[in-house]
Amino acid sequence: MATEIRNYTMNFGPQHPAAHGVLRLVMEMDGEVVERIDPHIGLLHRATEKLAESKPFNQSIGYMDRLDYVSMMCNEHAYVMAIEKLLGVTVPIRAQYIRVMFDEITRILNHLLWLGAHGLDIGAMTVFLYCFREREDLMDCYEAASGARMHATYYRPGGVYRDLPDTMPQYEPSKFRSKAKLAAINANRQGSMLDFIWAFTERFPGCVDDYETLLTDNRIWKQRTVDIAVVSPEMALSRGFTGAMLRGSGIEWDLRRKQPYEVYDKMEFDIPVGTNGDCYDRYLCRVEEMRQSNRIIRQCVEWLRNNPGPVMVDDAKLIAPRRETMKRDMESLIHHFKLFTEGYCVKQGEVYAAVEAPKGEFGIYLISDGANKPYRLKIRAPGFAHLSALDEMCRGHMLADVVAVIGTQDIVFGEVDR
Amino acid sequence: MASIADLTRAVENLLGSAITQSVQSRGELTVVVEAAAISDVLCALRDDAETRFQQLIDLCGVDYLAYGKEDSAKTWHGDRYAVVYHLLSVEHNHRLRVKTFLNDEMPVIASVTGIWPSADWFEREAFDLFGIMFDGHPDLRRILTDYGFIGHPFRKDFPLSGYVEMRYDIEKGRVIYEPITIEPRTLVPRVIREDSFGDRDS
Repeated sequence: MATEIRNYTMNFGPQHPAAHGVLRLVMEMDGEVVERIDPHIGLLHRATEKLAESKPFNQSIGYMDRLDYVSMMCNEHAYVMAIEKLLGVTVPIRAQYIRVMFDEITRILNHLLWLGAHGLDIGAMTVFLYCFREREDLMDCYEAASGARMHATYYRPGGVYRDLPDTMPQYEPSKFRSKAKLAAINANRQGSMLDFIWAFTERFPGCVDDYETLLTDNRIWKQRTVDIAVVSPEMALSRGFTGAMLRGSGIEWDLRRKQPYEVYDKMEFDIPVGTNGDCYDRYLCRVEEMRQSNRIIRQCVEWLRNNPGPVMVDDAKLIAPRRETMKRDMESLIHHFKLFTEGYCVKQGEVYAAVEAPKGEFGIYLISDGANKPYRLKIRAPGFAHLSALDEMCRGHMLADVVAVIGTQDIVFGEVDR
Repeated sequence: MASIADLTRAVENLLGSAITQSVQSRGELTVVVEAAAISDVLCALRDDAETRFQQLIDLCGVDYLAYGKEDSAKTWHGDRYAVVYHLLSVEHNHRLRVKTFLNDEMPVIASVTGIWPSADWFEREAFDLFGIMFDGHPDLRRILTDYGFIGHPFRKDFPLSGYVEMRYDIEKGRVIYEPITIEPRTLVPRVIREDSFGDRDS
């Protein structure tokens, strides 16, 4: 007599620490095996695109930070690049180097959070603490350059908001800290910000070695990731995968190399590529990307030390005048007034600008009808395409592997839901 | 990276009369095709050896209702909706934008989920936000808006603040929806300046 086999439906999220935000999954289970997953997204939908259509161009840069809120400056980068492409503006070379440097700092920031969270999800606690230690230093760089630790609004159409600071903020004396301890934690903050970043790049490869000692040959780690969610190159392409998700499946595709923007064509770096397309390969790719980012940052720091120059185009229609000139000069006062009450008009047309964000191809499709606000702004978020393949990637895996797959996709709901 | 002239030639050879308009601008190629031909066109673009667009990078809807409203010379007179496909060829390293227009009465177009599975969620999104129907889509549900949401919020005639707001009602003991209490306002008006606006010699 055949026993009656019943599938049951299980709900996962939206409030679950392994859901990386507000992901709700409705899963059809056969015992502990996943038969089908229906992801419900949109719980963090803020209509960023529609909001951007109701504001002058510059006022939406801050929204971009809040899309993928762990790779802030890369999002800004795509947005300002789209505007620059429409305006036909060329950014000063120093600003291009600063952008590349911060894009790579952002990549390390993102991958550190990803590594920590992914580790935590599938059973490695320590690496999370290590990752956040290094993130702290990079957050300080964000803060020193832009004034904000996360939502920087540092990139502007025409360059970056200001040049890199000559000093790094120091820790202040406190009754909980001895003088010797204070001197030690302030030791690498004595020089300029570039010196601080240089010191970071000196020790960072060693830190990555530490993470790798914890994970790469770890038996438990390999059990949880090897041969989990294998993605064939064909599936990766037809599913619209980009970034490490595509490279993990063995396709050597990196916009920084294939369609270089800013000064990436002058940088030396390698593109890591996986072979099996499983979670473990994608892990190896991302870890190697951190090392390569470190290399790029060092090249940028060396160049930036020796080549001072402007970081903004000299265009009064685009850039707010300096405070002193605004107070003295009628023309500047008018420019200031017009810029802040109306913004600038962008020529009629449509462009698509994409950057290699840490998660994949982050693109902005911008249609302008010649007004001071975008007519239509479409954000192409890499996570959206990746998450849509969750069902296909998880079928036939165990429930616990779903968490590994969500982790390997590097999902952030700010960009998926927009 | 293949030159845009080569790509234009390859695409025009392949599609021939299916193209109603072809625009090269800022290093990007856009071709406009008839909505009825979309499946054949995209399938050909994916499979032809010279184009090989293996990836559908993005699909989105556009509502042209208010396009250029502030300037009579730029006002839109064509069909109201557009569906825009962004294609990428990893093999040849080129990009293409395919556009197609749909009129207001019945914005229906064939689904391309059979050509690229990645179109699945993109089409659901365009349906949710613009009300464009994708014929042949296996599961055309709302994706980004709330359960039970009414309307298509990215249409230009949908107000920015929406129609309803929600709050927890302590007497009823549940979340309730009410008409919005926010007054719609515009902080910076939308203006279109002529291209030479603000030039020093004018």
